[in-house]
Amino acid sequence: MTRIGVVVFPGSNCDLDTLRGLELAGAEAVPLWHEQGSLEGSAAVVLPGGFAYGDYLRAGVIARFSPVMRAVSAFAAEGGLVLGICNGFQVIAEAGLVPGALLRNRGLRFLGRDVWISAEQLDTPFTSLVGDGRPLRMPIAHGEGCYFADDATLDQLERDGQVLFRYVHADGTPAGAEGDPANPNGSLRAIAGVRNARGNVAGLMPHPERASDRLLGSDDGLPILRSLVDAAARAEREPALAAVR
Amino acid sequence: MSSFRFAVNVAPKPGILDPQGRAVEGSLGHLGVSGVSAVRVGRRVELTVEAAGEEAARAVVERLARELFSNPLIEAFAVERLDP
Repeated sequence: MTRIGVVVFPGSNCDLDTLRGLELAGAEAVPLWHEQGSLEGSAAVVLPGGFAYGDYLRAGVIARFSPVMRAVSAFAAEGGLVLGICNGFQVIAEAGLVPGALLRNRGLRFLGRDVWISAEQLDTPFTSLVGDGRPLRMPIAHGEGCYFADDATLDQLERDGQVLFRYVHADGTPAGAEGDPANPNGSLRAIAGVRNARGNVAGLMPHPERASDRLLGSDDGLPILRSLVDAAARAEREPALAAVR
Repeated sequence: MSSFRFAVNVAPKPGILDPQGRAVEGSLGHLGVSGVSAVRVGRRVELTVEAAGEEAARAVVERLARELFSNPLIEAFAVERLDP
């Protein structure tokens, strides 16, 4: 069974949900404590939601310097698959593993509610089993989720297919900019998730693991986790990753 | 070795959306204050550094300001020497 590691920082609070979601998606999911330097042979790594190190200073920044993040960065540099969810997205953005930054929500409020997103790229390790780009319903729970990058970077992300998820209305029409409730935090160009240029590291603000079972009200997030497990199973056999797992 | 005390002032870069600054600005009417604009909210970190001289101490502070206290994509910082 393909092993996927879930990083646990002090203040992570979606780690158990993420471990459970990955198990539902068919993986052997293992927790990776922030002070350890080993990824324990994981074929992919997920950074879960929460408030790592209390979100002090800036969300994600202190977590970035933890021992486990050195291992995650080395793993990513060799092409290893890394997914950051919510606070995990903030951590990998602070670490420079994906472009952009997450600013305070435009409405200033912490938002905990369901949103709709749609996958823009359907042939990636994070979306290959999502299907046809139909709108996916899953929760957000964040105070700093307003995606920001300068215009040149945004143009380049769009051109190179690095925009992975965008906020949409329930019927799939694109969310607008500031003021459209379908774009909950006012993210530029309604961006909900991006990937790096190489395509092996991705982050998104919504929580697929909280929508991984019909009992939770939606299982729209499960195909995202399944895509990752599927891609990790193939990556497992790549020798270049052996040394950094 | 001597001790040197510094402050690092971090603020959103010009043009970067600052919802906190905007919220503060929006509240000024409730105080009966008018004529105030362009409010930006940042943060200030004060720290003491042990080093051989001020230049070496400042280099440490600059590095921390760049790598930890600020995110260069969205924030600018200024280092200030404080009296011991």
